[in-house]
Amino acid sequence: MQIEERTKIGYYPGCAITMGSSSEEYGTSVLRVSEEIGPELEEIHDWNCCGASSAHATNHKLSTALSIRNISLAEQSGFKEILAPCPMCSQRLIISQKDVADDEKLKKDVEDAIEMPCNGDVKIINYLELIKNYCMDEIAEKKKKTPKDLKVACYYGCLLLRPPKVLKFDDPENPTSMEEIVEATGAIPVDWELKTNCCGGGFTLSRTDVVLKLTNDILECAVDAGADAIAVACPMCHANLDMRQKKIEKEYNRKFDIPVVYISELIGLALDLGPISLGLNKHFIDTESVVNAFA
Amino acid sequence: MGNKKIGVFVCHCGTNISATVDVEKVAEETKKNNPGVSYTTTYKYMCSDPGQKLLRDKIKEEGLDGVVVAACSPKMHEHTFRNAAIKTGLNPYHVEISNIREQCSWVHPEIPVGTEKSTDLVRMMTEKVRKDKSLNAIKVPVTKRALVIGGGIAGIQAALDIADGGHEVIMVEREASIGGHMAQLSETFPTLDCSQCIMTPKMVEAAQNDNITMHTWSEIESVDGYIGNFTVKIRKKARSVDLDLCTGCSSCWQVCPCSKIKSEFDMGLGNRTAIYIPFPQAIPSKPVIDRENCILFKDARKKNIKPNDSKVCRKCIDACPIAPVKAIDYNQEDEIIEVKVGAIIVATGYKELEDGLYGEYGGGKYEDVITGLQFERLASASGPTEGVIKRPSDGKEPEIVVFIQCVGSRDPAKGCSYCSKTCCMYTAKHTMLYKHKVHHGHAFVFYIDIRCAGKGYEEFSQRAIEEEGATYLRGRVSRVYKKGEKLVVLGADTLTGSVVEIEADMVVLASAMKAQDDAMEIAQKLSIQYDKDKFLSEIHPKLKPVESSSAGIFLAGTCQGPKDIPETVAQAGAAASKVLALLSSDELEREPVVARVDRQLPPVFSTCIGCFYCQKVCPYSAIESEDIKARDGSVIKTVARVNEGLCQGCGLCAATCRSKSIELDGFNDEQIYAEINAVEFN
Repeated sequence: MQIEERTKIGYYPGCAITMGSSSEEYGTSVLRVSEEIGPELEEIHDWNCCGASSAHATNHKLSTALSIRNISLAEQSGFKEILAPCPMCSQRLIISQKDVADDEKLKKDVEDAIEMPCNGDVKIINYLELIKNYCMDEIAEKKKKTPKDLKVACYYGCLLLRPPKVLKFDDPENPTSMEEIVEATGAIPVDWELKTNCCGGGFTLSRTDVVLKLTNDILECAVDAGADAIAVACPMCHANLDMRQKKIEKEYNRKFDIPVVYISELIGLALDLGPISLGLNKHFIDTESVVNAFA
Repeated sequence: MGNKKIGVFVCHCGTNISATVDVEKVAEETKKNNPGVSYTTTYKYMCSDPGQKLLRDKIKEEGLDGVVVAACSPKMHEHTFRNAAIKTGLNPYHVEISNIREQCSWVHPEIPVGTEKSTDLVRMMTEKVRKDKSLNAIKVPVTKRALVIGGGIAGIQAALDIADGGHEVIMVEREASIGGHMAQLSETFPTLDCSQCIMTPKMVEAAQNDNITMHTWSEIESVDGYIGNFTVKIRKKARSVDLDLCTGCSSCWQVCPCSKIKSEFDMGLGNRTAIYIPFPQAIPSKPVIDRENCILFKDARKKNIKPNDSKVCRKCIDACPIAPVKAIDYNQEDEIIEVKVGAIIVATGYKELEDGLYGEYGGGKYEDVITGLQFERLASASGPTEGVIKRPSDGKEPEIVVFIQCVGSRDPAKGCSYCSKTCCMYTAKHTMLYKHKVHHGHAFVFYIDIRCAGKGYEEFSQRAIEEEGATYLRGRVSRVYKKGEKLVVLGADTLTGSVVEIEADMVVLASAMKAQDDAMEIAQKLSIQYDKDKFLSEIHPKLKPVESSSAGIFLAGTCQGPKDIPETVAQAGAAASKVLALLSSDELEREPVVARVDRQLPPVFSTCIGCFYCQKVCPYSAIESEDIKARDGSVIKTVARVNEGLCQGCGLCAATCRSKSIELDGFNDEQIYAEINAVEFN
């Protein structure tokens, strides 16, 4: 009943997690979980690229205009909040919103380009914020499964937290939001050291050697801390830790075989939603051990 | 007064003025165009002995009763020329300086412009001189006793110097012992002499000096009054131990069952009991009960009874051999005492930056990431490991130690914008102490710059690098994290342009020196100024480095800004000499440039309406209220009164006064308007 009273939240999938893209299981599981415990998400009509990666590295105005167009569309639909589960998107949207707020001329240029006004009163949140703000009680209420001794290393990476002065989310050096959510699902968060280290991000294609070293450090640290799985909330982190894992194992001659799951998938399992409906069959590293822990 | 005979003396200041100002023309024009100016001349150096003689001679010969010296800033030589005038019998407040150097000759390269502006400036000042009245120095009696706040090296040095000069000193220290941070240090740079060996004798000397009265475990409650006449209330916090009865025999703290309290003196690396002395060489060597942690006091708080009625634990009082009255008194309460002093030295010291601020270095999270002061305790023979370098987590000897400089310092984004000045030197010292004790160990230092300016300092840091083999890496550390038993330090070496990863056993953070948490409160109690970093402000960074913004209050040591021991001792000595000079006479002469509230004959009494806006704006708490009373004692009117001892002559009250009842002597409205009206606007 409580959920119905809340206003709908604008859902911005972005390119990485939308249906048919490389990390669609993140998007699928986010939507599946919200169907179950709310809050109601409504996709922003006619959304476009957030301006991450190539755009913001080459043309500041263009990347800002791309982001702001999405925000303006959400404003026009009357949303008070936008959920951008991909941290690249949430970070770009928040930074663009701040940039136009701080620079009158940029704001005007961007508004002229997108032919829409931008008020800047929509709040952009990441997936951890959504769960923490709206769903902690619901998870406790509707939880059907408690995993048996499932130790999870919560991995934040960089984009959820940095730059801290702009994003203002959690402690940039020692964040704990994901741990709280993992605890709510009944899994056990492990104390480990590299939860905010860089995974190498987009350099996975251009400097694979660097990324392999960084991701190896992360996997090694998580496994040594006793983790059975790594939880993430970023498609980029997921790709580097999951997709590259076999290659890392080969390069550094150590077997990890550690599933990397989205935090939304973990919540879904606790709610007893089918593993396939959560996209758990779409990972490179088999997630069976995690699914079975919830059996 | 309009018929004053005014003399104008234009100084060349070598070529400082005469290069861009035609001084002869200024003198000529001034004489020609200003009726009342009866004499003008120029001289190469007015401030020199012949210059001053010229001034004195002409005052007498020409019968001058007003003088304008057109020269440098009044900050430089107003005093000089006024003193010269006194010798001729002329009241010094008829001598004014027209500054034609700082904002005139130095900034206008063209001679016609400089000359015209100088002539204008001189004319303005001659108009002011016409309105000048004689003022007499204000005499204030002096209480020949000094207060020193803080019992670290700065406070001890200042107290000893004043006491040796023959005056009484009251020293207030908030901790249970004097000694401050210096007592915590192991060895001191650049000579590596043991801090305890040079500090503890000074502590003893201070304790045994008949002129010094020490109040430890005490804090300043309030300060009233003014230079020469301060009234200070001191809160003597309940020690629970009678200092007169106690002999410091140690029986009590040996039996105390609360033995797992982190020792503040050992920076949390060692433990102490609830009844304790901070360190074995403490002065006074008499304990204090930590009421927060003592189980007896905890029980009394819980049951809401008097501590002495609690029966939970009475081991210390039972062990006390003093009879018939025990030296321990659980019911002791805070006591407020009042003292009168003539001068105050503030030597409240610094604190080390909290280690939690740099989460990426794991400070506060990993036991083996320690601060500079913690390393001092590890290396100290009286420390928790008796000087053996053992890492806190498992007591193992660390084989690789990484020292990170500028943690908090020179980091405006997160910490402090300033340089803490001592860290380059103490880190070099730490690497040496470490290498002397762990011969096969390796010390790495990450630095931004190596700043070792001081006698023997550069040689000392070079010795650490060249002879003792510390590896210095120029770059910042991004992160420290734990990997098994090791601490992985990720940093950059910007000289080779490479990323450095060191698996260390221990990490030492050269944490910034910060102002005490309550520095603002003490500044407010004393009505003195502090800077953006809450360090107490000297009134002039070069020429008045130990004077605070309030007369009679002086600064010593790190409460004023980061500094090392030699500098602190020098500053403490300087502050003491200022105090000795102040206490050397029975009466003080104060410059009579003070504000005055108007008084009139009845029935008006005063035009002051008693709004006390002046009180709100006065930075020196110099405005008091006064009741004007009839003969029968009934109050006719409550008006403002300026305390001449406190007033610094800033003029804020005069500018604020709504009924124009306050005037600043020497700068009254008539004088200022005369100056303004003398400006010819084109």
